[in-house]
Amino acid sequence: MCGNEAMAEAAIIAGCDAYFGYPITPQNEVTAYMARRMSEEGRVFVQCESELAAINMVFGAAATGKRAMTSSSSPGISLMQEGISYLAGAQLPSVIVNIMRGGPGLGNIAPSQGDYFQATRGGGHGDYRTIVLAPSSVQEFADIMSLAFDLADIYRNPVLVLADGILGQMIEPVVLDKKPGRKLPAKDWALTGAKNRKQNIVRSLWLKEGALEELNYELERKYKQVEENEVLCEQYEVDNAEIVVVAYGVAARIVRSAVDKARQQGIKVGWFRPITLWPFPHEKISAAAEQLRVFLTVEMSLGQMVEDVKLAVAGKCPVMFYGRAGGGVPTVEQVLERIAQLWTHTEKLK
Amino acid sequence: MKTVFKRTKTYKDVPTHYCPGCGHGIAHRLVAEAIDELDIRERTIGIAPVGCAVLAYDYLDVDMVEVAHGRAPAVATGMKRTNPDKIIFSYQGDGDLAAIGTGEIMHAAHRGERITVIFINNAIFGMTGGQMAPTTLIGQITATTPQGREVASTGYPLQICELLSILPGAIYLERCGLHKPGQIRKAKQAVRHAFELQVNNAPGLSLVELLSPCPTGWRVSPPDALKWIEDEMIGVFPLGCFKDYQPKD
Repeated sequence: MCGNEAMAEAAIIAGCDAYFGYPITPQNEVTAYMARRMSEEGRVFVQCESELAAINMVFGAAATGKRAMTSSSSPGISLMQEGISYLAGAQLPSVIVNIMRGGPGLGNIAPSQGDYFQATRGGGHGDYRTIVLAPSSVQEFADIMSLAFDLADIYRNPVLVLADGILGQMIEPVVLDKKPGRKLPAKDWALTGAKNRKQNIVRSLWLKEGALEELNYELERKYKQVEENEVLCEQYEVDNAEIVVVAYGVAARIVRSAVDKARQQGIKVGWFRPITLWPFPHEKISAAAEQLRVFLTVEMSLGQMVEDVKLAVAGKCPVMFYGRAGGGVPTVEQVLERIAQLWTHTEKLK
Repeated sequence: MKTVFKRTKTYKDVPTHYCPGCGHGIAHRLVAEAIDELDIRERTIGIAPVGCAVLAYDYLDVDMVEVAHGRAPAVATGMKRTNPDKIIFSYQGDGDLAAIGTGEIMHAAHRGERITVIFINNAIFGMTGGQMAPTTLIGQITATTPQGREVASTGYPLQICELLSILPGAIYLERCGLHKPGQIRKAKQAVRHAFELQVNNAPGLSLVELLSPCPTGWRVSPPDALKWIEDEMIGVFPLGCFKDYQPKD
């Protein structure tokens, strides 16, 4: 299956009650797949008039306690930012999948990682965070959907799954099965009709003096819990490395091949892949920085995650960057060349 | 002693925050009475707009949500599709529904969403300080049309009922005034009918447009506001039923 379809089926397995979408390349397989499968399952599929409507339909379904999701690609995700801010403010669980393409503007339909800032810095207005998950294979793309819905429910927060055009289109073998989920809190806040209880109100407007600030602190406490409990990353040969390459998503797979080749050449290089982009694995990167000559960050952008790596490293060692943008994909050879150059250069400085 | 009139259950017994002479209080009560008469309070979910009525949940004792400006019909779609047994209504002003949310109401009607929309037309943006709305009358002075609305640069008043009436998915469209007791009684029937259609699962969207006084925004006294609806607004926004649903047997 292609990544888009595997993810869609995994969302159905994870108990997605409703999918709202609008066609945009390179994620059209999702809307087509959901149109067929959600009706087979007797669940809700709506092709919306815009991404703005889609995210607000997610808002509506989520407010009633249903598991709702949407998917889009970069320009469409931009249009959803208003709704994502409201979802964060109203603390509504929801899942949003971004199959990133080149930008800015209409850009192109080639794979990109240019939306890292938008995903991890909020994107919409106000003081909020979204949990951001970045799978790197079709299998992981599928596996992560159940986690995405669980995290959304547990923390009452929108969860972004950040993939790119390659992962959406790439065909790989995938095992789809229902894994045991996390323990979920009751949705006693949901709008289900005020029967035998007081009226429930889902809101994001807090006009009374100090009320919004109190909400912001409440959100902050929640975000701290997420940072403490939900960081995910994968690493390889980091413990004995002198150079570590950091990359996420599909770029991490290219980097992994380059790291293997560099190791064969005797270069002491390791590989680090954040799976949660927010919360970012600051602590592990910070710990690794103690022993390293240099970090190299590789992205399919002109340098976005590298800022988080620098924040984590906090000057303990240099952080270099290699990236390609606008649909350009770094090759194994290009990454290998950068690793070898850094190795030679830092060898001389020793 | 016989009780001939009392506050309806769904309408909370609280002081109002609306300005003197505002129509929202009347419109809220019509909604509350319809909900109670149809006995649907325990399965109704309301959507408050952005505007003066954003605090509608302080008055209406049903489950309610606040949403982004104009997006209520999309939110309602998400709610109704996942909860077909619930009664979903949005309550929207003319800035909300006829300006920023024109796309959402048009497409909710176009898809025939089985929801109820209460549309408050007061020909102005009330909460933000009396700016021009798409429904503002020609010549009407507002904060953003200080010389009076003129066609050349701002177009004509937008007639939502007329616009929606060509869509098969909009099954009930009626415009009423909140400026006279007799008209308010008609408005009550219309609001109730709009809910009743949804209760009966009629196949489409119902919308009641209520011409509503905004003395503060219009810079007139409450009695003059009522007179202005009669003398000026009705000429541009004629009252009446534009479309009703006829069940086939």
